[in-house]
Amino acid sequence: MSGSLSITSAMADPALLDLPWELPLEAWPNDTIAALPKGISRHLVRFAHLAGHVVAIKETTAEMAKGEYEMLRRLQRLEIPCVEPVAVITNRTDAEAEPLKPVLVTRHLRFSLPYRALFSQTLRPDTATRLVDALAVLLVRLHIVGFFWGDVSLSNTLFRRDAGAFAAYLVDAETGKLYEGGLSNGQRENDLEIARVNIAGELLDLEAGGRVADELDPVRISSGIVEAYRSLWKELTGSESFLTAERWRINERVNRLNDLGFDIEELAIRTDDTGTTVRIQPKVVDAGHHQRRLLRLTGLDAGENQARRLLNDLDSYRAAYGKADLDEEMVAHEWLMRVFEPVVRAIPVDLRGKLEPAEVFHQLLEHRWFMAQQAGHDIPLAEAVTSYVNSVLRHRRDEATVIGPPTGSTTTIDVIPPDTSAIAVVDPDDEQDWRLKV
Amino acid sequence: MASVTFDKATRLYPGGTRPAVDKLDLEVADGEFLVLVGPSGCGKSTSLRMLAGLEEVNEGNIFIGDRNVTDVPPKDRDIAMVFQNYALYPHMTVAENMGFALKIAGVGKEERAARVLEAAKLLDLEPYLARKPKALSGGQRQRVAMGRAIVRQPQVFLMDEPLSNLDAKLRVQTRTQIASLQRRLGVTTVYVTHDQVEALTMGDRIAVLKDGILQQVGTPRDLYAKPNNVFVAGFIGSPAMNLFHADLVEGGVKFGTATVPVDREILADASSAIATIGVRPEDITVSPHEGEGLAVEVDLVEELGADGYLYGHSTVEGKRTDIVARVDGRMHPNAGDRVYLTATPNHVHLFDTESGERLSDKAVVI
Repeated sequence: MSGSLSITSAMADPALLDLPWELPLEAWPNDTIAALPKGISRHLVRFAHLAGHVVAIKETTAEMAKGEYEMLRRLQRLEIPCVEPVAVITNRTDAEAEPLKPVLVTRHLRFSLPYRALFSQTLRPDTATRLVDALAVLLVRLHIVGFFWGDVSLSNTLFRRDAGAFAAYLVDAETGKLYEGGLSNGQRENDLEIARVNIAGELLDLEAGGRVADELDPVRISSGIVEAYRSLWKELTGSESFLTAERWRINERVNRLNDLGFDIEELAIRTDDTGTTVRIQPKVVDAGHHQRRLLRLTGLDAGENQARRLLNDLDSYRAAYGKADLDEEMVAHEWLMRVFEPVVRAIPVDLRGKLEPAEVFHQLLEHRWFMAQQAGHDIPLAEAVTSYVNSVLRHRRDEATVIGPPTGSTTTIDVIPPDTSAIAVVDPDDEQDWRLKV
Repeated sequence: MASVTFDKATRLYPGGTRPAVDKLDLEVADGEFLVLVGPSGCGKSTSLRMLAGLEEVNEGNIFIGDRNVTDVPPKDRDIAMVFQNYALYPHMTVAENMGFALKIAGVGKEERAARVLEAAKLLDLEPYLARKPKALSGGQRQRVAMGRAIVRQPQVFLMDEPLSNLDAKLRVQTRTQIASLQRRLGVTTVYVTHDQVEALTMGDRIAVLKDGILQQVGTPRDLYAKPNNVFVAGFIGSPAMNLFHADLVEGGVKFGTATVPVDREILADASSAIATIGVRPEDITVSPHEGEGLAVEVDLVEELGADGYLYGHSTVEGKRTDIVARVDGRMHPNAGDRVYLTATPNHVHLFDTESGERLSDKAVVI
């Protein structure tokens, strides 16, 4: 390899030097390449193993690679869910000193998947709708910070399971631009039209490949993004007026936004000259309402819907134990120690790469509810966990390794043999789990 | 198809002090290929986005044909942004790749097939319509992507640096393809680039912008032969025009050891005792007589086969000035030589040093 290889990286991971940069990406050996499903791309993109992670490597021009690297960093600073830029590598040459294309290296979030990896045989309309809804949320968040994407598509997005829904992450910022003064309506409409056409194209392509369910209508599903986007945009940015006497409507608006997963950082409130009507408009909104509350109370970092689910469970724990008067943080700590962590520990170590802990907890609650429905009575948690592990989790594909987990990330949890017939979810010395009583 | 008119169109960003585009007056004729060119931040992309409906127009109007589209949403303007996305779908045939957007737009099956066929004929893709993109060459794939825009039959094509992410070789190929395709289609096209070579080789006319202000609009030949001001003179042409500050003297301008004769009338228009003279590298010759012309030290000669470029410098009143001249590729001076350079008579451009404006048309005859 030429000695003039140039690496720009905020992380300076020495393992980067071990990858075969002297070969064109298409000629990389199989042992460095991670065989993963991916979307449709203009450039050659391949996944490779890097120090226990999987990274995406895209061959492009130096200018575009640097531009996209900087853009992803700016989006990260704006707390936009996107892939992590790792490095830009230029001045590559092969053994004959012929120049090779510069590359951009990005790292995918754990447990995030390309849309083509989210279904096994055929894509069903409800899954497709949830993907489109997740993309609509991402697009609204991007537009709020003034980012014009220019190439909105399922292929340029990664998805993470989020308690029955999906959370979308931006993968490709190549065509995007940030406008400090915000976006015009024309720009937003244009992005939305691009999204509609691209999603339709992607679904029609799956259809042509025989990979969508018969009842799925690509044109109808793709048009769904327009409605999903518009209603969320209106709720997050629209102004409303009401009589001064109806001031409770301010709280109502705040609650509605909280339910959608957003906090209002700044709200403009104006009364008219006569003082009879009030006009309110959110000025700054921040996604992650439930995520932040869960993180503050328990230290757990989960998806927005997962956080909502866990918080619901925490709230019912608090109510069931009559602890409503106690300090919220204290009760949360107790719930974490007695309910959440025992469940996570109960997952056999060989199954821990299947799903994120918060997603496992969510699915377990769902499973327990279905079991109770069938049995006609409540199911003890331990029984539900055993049943869930053996009948559901064990049969799932390993999603963590689809887009790699860091090595050692799961080793801090106690090892429990997979064949344990009755899995202890609570420490015997501890109090009995509250659910066993209800 | 239609003409495009910018009528004193202005874009001022919120909080900005200077308009990004300042009272742009520009007419693009029906079927014309117009290139907007200029350095980064000159307002070329903003102008295009105003036409596309992506930027608000704060003052003035924009027309497509006779229709005032200033406040019309992007998708109702009957324009197509080409190359925004040219990813092809692997399981769909070439025909499906070209026509699927029409399906979404609710265009009937027969009409779709007819438009796809028509576009395929134009793009020499007819034999491949039933194939998958995988079976196509790189160039053919690019034509399929162009086909996606063509089947929509828009009034105007808009292209914003479409070649910027291609490598040098493909860029030159695609440049030629776009230009020839545009002529075959005859669709009015507005094309944005920062690359003046792209502008010169592709456009019927070129509009040069700087700091949001239109500097000059004309054919590539106009801009090259008669730049309106120092900026256009230096921006158009590669290697760039040599520009020097020279003293006005009786009967001409004097730079170092060289005096260039200029009409008395033209000199009378200058606002000071100094003028800016411009000479293109091909209008400079190495004098056969020592001491005749400008004394120049040769730093480097770049050989390009038949031609070559001499890069040298001259020291005038203690100040170093770089100079580029085209020389014969086989017989030329070498690095380290001292040569005397003269400008071809009547091929010298003269600009007012203060305003930067061209002093007179008479200064150059080509």
